[in-house]
Amino acid sequence: MIVERAVQLGFAIVAVGLWYLVTVTGAVSALFLPAPNDVAAALISLVRTDGFWSAVRVTLTTIAAAYALAVIAGVLTGYALTRSRLLTGAFEPLVSGAFAIPITLFFPLFILFFGIGPESKLAYGAVYGFFPIALNTIAGFANADRRLVDAARSMGIGPAGILRHVLFPAAFPVILTGLRIGFFICFASILGGEAISSDSGIGHNIALTAELFEPAQMYAWIVCVVIAALALNGAVSAIDRRFRET
Amino acid sequence: MRISKSGHLIVPAIAVRNVTQTYGAPGDLRRVVALENISFAVERGEFVTLLGPSGCGKSTLLNIIGGLVEPSQGAVLVGDSPVTKPMPEQMAYVFQESTLFPWYTVGENFALLFRYRGVERPEWKSRTADALAAVGMQAFAAYYPRQLSVGMRQRINLARGIAAGTDILLMDEPFAALDEQSRMVLGEDLSALLSRTGKTILFVTHSIAEAVFLSDRIFVMSSRPGRIKSVITVDEPHPRPPAFMLQSRFAELRNACYSLLRDEIRTAMAEASA
Repeated sequence: MIVERAVQLGFAIVAVGLWYLVTVTGAVSALFLPAPNDVAAALISLVRTDGFWSAVRVTLTTIAAAYALAVIAGVLTGYALTRSRLLTGAFEPLVSGAFAIPITLFFPLFILFFGIGPESKLAYGAVYGFFPIALNTIAGFANADRRLVDAARSMGIGPAGILRHVLFPAAFPVILTGLRIGFFICFASILGGEAISSDSGIGHNIALTAELFEPAQMYAWIVCVVIAALALNGAVSAIDRRFRET
Repeated sequence: MRISKSGHLIVPAIAVRNVTQTYGAPGDLRRVVALENISFAVERGEFVTLLGPSGCGKSTLLNIIGGLVEPSQGAVLVGDSPVTKPMPEQMAYVFQESTLFPWYTVGENFALLFRYRGVERPEWKSRTADALAAVGMQAFAAYYPRQLSVGMRQRINLARGIAAGTDILLMDEPFAALDEQSRMVLGEDLSALLSRTGKTILFVTHSIAEAVFLSDRIFVMSSRPGRIKSVITVDEPHPRPPAFMLQSRFAELRNACYSLLRDEIRTAMAEASA
């Protein structure tokens, strides 16, 4: 564990070192890739602005709301579709087929329906995140061991008890994987959506600073996303591990 | 139906009446008759084994008796009551060991047995402890099934069936996942245990030796459609010592079962490959 961490840290140092090297030697123009120290300076001044924190707030609340919707809709749909073999057989291919369509293609429709504000990104992220959660919930419930259900029925346990003591615990590890994939799809699609068409949020500021030709600022925003992604991944992994242990 | 010395009718523990199980509508080419017109009675305290080739419908029959599956035709009576759904007060199941809920400890597995049947909470622990002690597993209530060997899990699974406290135990190939030696040891334990409790047992297996060693009567089933082909009585008192397996009587009964079964097994294999 410690060795792995040390290698990771070493790798990061080498990457930043290379970044510094190609910029300080002028191998890559500062217009495309500013030196790390310039990006750090831009980041420091950025976090002192109110605009920064309001953009972070917009993006994080959009992600949280979209993810909450995706989880509720995905788990409920997944559960409902496994209530009968007919439903599962009919709808599972539809849901997985729909997930294969790049929903990005419909992004303009989200803008059309929900406007340029955070609402369109919220809807887009929720729809995209819904699919892996629903599909994993279907897989989890549909593959629960029938004999465990029979064992529970033979003990006089009713449908609610079977859901609680058999189906849900059996499906849970698979659902957890879906929740994880869904979260990152939500995260990525909302930031992407903000960059394509938006009036606020982190993604919007990345696109805006790129258009304004402020590479140091643009990279500062990207560094924020990288930090947020790493932190959220760590948090999700920790939650995941905790649930799987029990 | 039998009549007691005092002239009263003795109601059998389980009565199966003309049970037929079909899948698919009449006229459908894929229609399968899994069980055909099966009738028999199991007396109180009797150990009856359903022995048959794979796919003969013996597990389906057990599930119909247990109220897990509704028969296409016919009826099952437990005592005087028709079976329409699981009857946890009258019948407990012992499946293969893998039906211990893996996300619960042994103790929690037993608790589930009681909590939906209105058993008072203080009783849970003592009944669990008693049943585990009966199979020598009292030290393992706090363990998760995956922490135990297959043989230990099956002992515990057996104890779970006993802890239910029902007069009838339905056992669906409970030892199928065990190796030969563990099977023999557990079979021996089961024989000893049951001679004390006086429970009525309906046991499903495809092991001839197991059937002969444990049963009072063996119902040999035909391959699909499943029917009771023959009944073999094993008139040997319980508990049966392992030495029973070495006696010529045991070999005779085993051979009788095998000769009844071998044609059925061939038919079943031919059907499976067709």
